Amino acid sequence: MFSNLAEKLQSTFRQLKGKGKLSEKDVDTAMRDIRLALLEADVNFKVVKDFVTAVRERAVGQEVMSSLTPGQQVIKIVNEEMTRLMGDKQSGLAKSNKGQTTIMMVGLQGSGKTTTAVKLAGHLRREGRNPLLVAADIYRPGAVKQLQVLSESIGEKCYSNLEADPVEICREGLQISEKESFDVTIFDTAGRLHIDDEMMSEITGIKNEIKPDEVLLVVDAMTGQDAVNAAASFHEALGLSGVILTKLDGDTRGGAALSVRKVTGCPVKFVGTGEKIEALEPFYPDRMASRILGMGDVLSLIEKAEATIDQDKAKEMEKKLRKQQFTLEDFRDQIAQLRSMGSLDDILNMLPDGGYIPKEIKQMSLNEDSFKVVEAIIGSMTGNERQDPTILNSSRRRRIARGSGTTVQDVNRLLNQFNQMQKMFKQMNLADKKGSSKKMKKVKKKFPF
Amino acid sequence: MSLIDQFKNGLARSKSGFISRLDGLFGGGEINEAFYEELEEILVSGDVGVQTSVKLVDQLKEEIRRQKIKAREEARNLLLQLITGIMKPGETSVEQDEQPFVILLVGVNGSGKTTTAAKLANLYRQERKNVLLVAGDTFRAAAIEQLEIWAARAGVELIKQQPGSDPSALFFDAINAAKARAVDLVIGDTAGRLHSRHNLMEELNKIHRVIGRIMPGAPHRVLLVLDATTGQNAVAQAKSFNQSLAIDGLVLTKLDGTARGGIVINIADELKIPVCYVGTGETMDDLAPFRPEEFARALLED
Repeated sequence: MFSNLAEKLQSTFRQLKGKGKLSEKDVDTAMRDIRLALLEADVNFKVVKDFVTAVRERAVGQEVMSSLTPGQQVIKIVNEEMTRLMGDKQSGLAKSNKGQTTIMMVGLQGSGKTTTAVKLAGHLRREGRNPLLVAADIYRPGAVKQLQVLSESIGEKCYSNLEADPVEICREGLQISEKESFDVTIFDTAGRLHIDDEMMSEITGIKNEIKPDEVLLVVDAMTGQDAVNAAASFHEALGLSGVILTKLDGDTRGGAALSVRKVTGCPVKFVGTGEKIEALEPFYPDRMASRILGMGDVLSLIEKAEATIDQDKAKEMEKKLRKQQFTLEDFRDQIAQLRSMGSLDDILNMLPDGGYIPKEIKQMSLNEDSFKVVEAIIGSMTGNERQDPTILNSSRRRRIARGSGTTVQDVNRLLNQFNQMQKMFKQMNLADKKGSSKKMKKVKKKFPF
Repeated sequence: MSLIDQFKNGLARSKSGFISRLDGLFGGGEINEAFYEELEEILVSGDVGVQTSVKLVDQLKEEIRRQKIKAREEARNLLLQLITGIMKPGETSVEQDEQPFVILLVGVNGSGKTTTAAKLANLYRQERKNVLLVAGDTFRAAAIEQLEIWAARAGVELIKQQPGSDPSALFFDAINAAKARAVDLVIGDTAGRLHSRHNLMEELNKIHRVIGRIMPGAPHRVLLVLDATTGQNAVAQAKSFNQSLAIDGLVLTKLDGTARGGIVINIADELKIPVCYVGTGETMDDLAPFRPEEFARALLED
């Protein structure tokens, strides 16, 4: 996510970093590049103007010019301003003290309200809450069914009434929620254009009826300059409490994230990062800013690893590594765990200096299919072979290649890689014992597990 | 309502910021650097993109110099011609010797593929074509029901399978059925997919291959459905889909909002992919073939 913007900004920064002194002209060039990068990332042009002015003002000030590392200072300023633009701190969902929290989802057509409503229910369930979904989109054919099917798929309850109008449905849903002791009610409303007066007055009616604790605007991260118009209109009509950005898992540049917050003053609370129901993450402005600027987001990476990786297994793995008993079987486990953490692209982007990995290599390693090949090859080996690959003679290799639908060359390549890895681990252990070798520490840093 | 009116109507409700700024800019005064800068900014705010905006402004500058134009009012017409020149209309005829003609709709999630499939079916049904809809989005919950309801409204036949079934197999059956029933036009919906998802793009490729195997040369038209509110990411979408499928044209949807859809100028300029249709509302009749000059006029004038 944000990869294009990140690439552009980081190349601007690389030029700044090397300089011992910054002239006003250097700053101007950098600001022009930043302006262009932001505009190409669909950040609203007014927001870009303000942003660049703010950065420039600080960059030509005393703070930078008198610094020994002016380039670094500029980066720091951009980082701070960008974090501020996105809203400084992470903001969670409101929790009503009446015992019943109500959340209303609104937005344009196709922004992802229905999917996000269910994702949010799943998120709340994981937090120990008991949510009810209410389907109030009676206009788009199949919308109610969609919410029902999705809710069922994760075992959540969904209320609707095909005979009633949206306001009635929401009123009934709220009553049922109270009666059956749900503690959160999520209302999925129909997609509508912000300039459609009739539809906008309908949604105001719903809002007045249920008086929600949260009114969340769902915004497609791929939206262009118009994002702010829509957001501003919805805010004016309804008084939004927050924003959820969807479809951030593509190569979207996510400029909407930067502008919507600025224009409405409402924080981005969550981001949708995939088609799976679990793919919803809280939005951390500071982490996102450093991700965009190529400073990595190790915090999120560690959290992700903690959430997905089995701690006991990890400890066992470490022991094995130290004793140099790392086998092909373990190798396969590692790959499976890594894959469960999400796409490689996302993981790479969270590493510091992610931007320094050349594009070609990124593209190569991003082919997740190559993992499947590895898994297939290891899967075609016998238990003994996995424990001790040295017994793999050419006839065994041929058998494995046939069994996994690959070629002997593929099998050889994998074994070579595995050998290399074992060698690397050996060196790491040695270095650890000596407690020296900066290089090895660096290697270790890049492989946090 | 004539097509022109319908088209304009889609854009008419949204004259607010964009057009009033253009009106102000072209309203009067001399042509100077400030004029060009402001124009560039307005174009960018209409999602035309920085590069294409700069290019357009440069071309306009050149023309203004060549034709020795002094007044801003005249410059507007010139810009209109420039944009019209870039936007070639896409092919919309579905006539050919061998029936059926096969249209495949592709695009990212939420761009409006299913609704567009229904609108297209309706459009050609009115031309007395025998249309068959294929509910190829077997992934999204209730996508099949959605198209089923639309198909019933349009009075068009629909071919579907269980949710979660293989879309390639569905298309295999659908094309065979279409041949047997002497259908004129097959319109295939597909599941929304982000262009950066390698595996999903491969799946689309497979659908394309399977269709081509049963009927060589098919699908005859692959249309990328694009939400008019999309920003610069649309170029990446068009590039990726074009790389794996060879896109014949675009359908620009949701043009009834305040978004200008300027991004199609960028795509036409850079990738030479034309726009075939525009969607301008939620009812079945809100789809019209794309006309470059109308688009440019609707974009720049009232």
